[in-house]
Amino acid sequence: MSKNILVIAEAKEGELRNVSFEAIALGKTLSEGGEVVATICGEGDLNSMAEELIKYGADRAVTVANAELKTYTPEGFTQAYKAVIDQESPDGIVMGHTSIGKDVTPKLASQLETGLISDVTEVEEGDDGFVFTRPIYSGKAFEKKVVTEGITFVTIRPNNIAALEKDDSRSGDVSSLDVDVQNIRTIIKEVIRKTSEGVDLSEAKVIVAGGRAVKGPEGFEPLQELADELGGAVGASRAACDAGYCDYSLQIGQTGKVVTPDLYIACGISGAIQHLAGMSNSKVIVAINKDPESNIFSIADYGLVGDIFEIVPKLTEEIRNMKVNA
Amino acid sequence: MNIYVLLKRTFDTEEKISISNGKIEDEGAEYIINPYDEYAVEEAINLKDAHGGEVTVVTVGDEEAEKQLRTALAMGADKSVLINTEDDLEEGDQYTTVRILEAYFKENEPDIILAGNVAIDEASGQVGPRLAERLDIPFVTTITDISIDGETVNIERDVEGDVEKVETTLPLLVTCQQGLNEPRYPSLPGIMKAKKKPLEEIEIDDLDLEEDDVEAKTKTLEIFLPPEKQAGKIIEGEPDEQVKELVSLLKNESKVL
Repeated sequence: MSKNILVIAEAKEGELRNVSFEAIALGKTLSEGGEVVATICGEGDLNSMAEELIKYGADRAVTVANAELKTYTPEGFTQAYKAVIDQESPDGIVMGHTSIGKDVTPKLASQLETGLISDVTEVEEGDDGFVFTRPIYSGKAFEKKVVTEGITFVTIRPNNIAALEKDDSRSGDVSSLDVDVQNIRTIIKEVIRKTSEGVDLSEAKVIVAGGRAVKGPEGFEPLQELADELGGAVGASRAACDAGYCDYSLQIGQTGKVVTPDLYIACGISGAIQHLAGMSNSKVIVAINKDPESNIFSIADYGLVGDIFEIVPKLTEEIRNMKVNA
Repeated sequence: MNIYVLLKRTFDTEEKISISNGKIEDEGAEYIINPYDEYAVEEAINLKDAHGGEVTVVTVGDEEAEKQLRTALAMGADKSVLINTEDDLEEGDQYTTVRILEAYFKENEPDIILAGNVAIDEASGQVGPRLAERLDIPFVTTITDISIDGETVNIERDVEGDVEKVETTLPLLVTCQQGLNEPRYPSLPGIMKAKKKPLEEIEIDDLDLEEDDVEAKTKTLEIFLPPEKQAGKIIEGEPDEQVKELVSLLKNESKVL
């Protein structure tokens, strides 16, 4: 039976996030031939983003533009999304498990009195509808969940469900919805950028992470250079954060961020269970560590025993040369 | 100030996970206060020290959670409440937990509710925002700093690594992120005092809820472990050779470059 699925898309610094395209791909699966409607909220002209969502597989798009939606607030965006949901009455809703997704979807689900299966990494067809796989215990285990009552509402973890190929020939209806956004009780005064280069850890395809062996804040510089060269982001172990070498916002692990990049390069990280829980599901893991007995080597696809300060700059150089020669 | 903390008992972060009979094996496992909830307990005590009032720690679970509630009391919380669902509920989800907490808070008047931003076991991160919605109070997630002046609350929150400064008002629900504070260890006198502090136990009947009112909207079919990762290849040689071989493998074998 075909279903209508609403995909809540999200932009960061004026660009649609990749996870929104991945959400459309999941929406397509869940729709079983029904309609996939994408929505994007913000301020100003959202038409080009709406059209891009259609090129990535949405059948139609609904925009909600309002000056109050310039920056994300739980109340503002919930009102916008709720208005779209009321208009579309979808059988299912899909959004990225991003900072905004994590914040707004529980509020929406609570308002709609529905369940919410968050942080989904896989979907399959079961006997009674779709079965969603999600990591628990920071990826040390997984659970399969189903919706038993009400609409299917899920958020997806970035980098796990493949987006559809962009098809520039696709077109579809773009409509706008006026929403009277009011009663915003949390006011964003200021945003202080701490992340460099704009590559977000949770969505990064490549992560270069440092442990205690980086020895200090300046020890992260060669790691950052390597990450820049690979278009990736820098992360850290708890030991490096606890030692004050970097901000806790970079921490990967059971407490901290859980990431699944295509390539994870662990530099001077011992491989405590707490850290492995945050990164062991990465597709390819490279470990560089002086200590050949280090636990990180037990889960690495490629291990290099050696000094990170010697190897990392050489690696950056080698990749730079490879790109020049390509 | 009426300060409340939502607390969950979870596995220790260092525990290895194994499965028996389709469930996570908990025989012999160490349990702790969910680490993010520990930040919430610590901050609640700090807020009490600064503004006066009382800190009440609330958990939905079974009597095993008493130990974690006692720990929170030993840290400096004043009272604790165990909403024991052991006899009434087989399986719940976040909808269930929030219906129960909603009923509890309708009978109490929180100025602020602090929770962890996520529990490290099920990791849904839903309970805080869902509860705020049911109570019709504002919420701010993943906070790393909070100061309260009268009814006005200034907060810094972590947004994927960036810092957002937010202004809001009481009553309020916040979820705590790493970096907010350094949770204290219970002191010996604290542990002694905790033994005499109130630990109230209630059931969902006491909240005028029936099982049907809190029936889950989602169900877990299966729990499984990820395939064990095999140790890979150790690349030997001088650094120059190691690097050349690694780049070649990343490019040609695993095709990630």
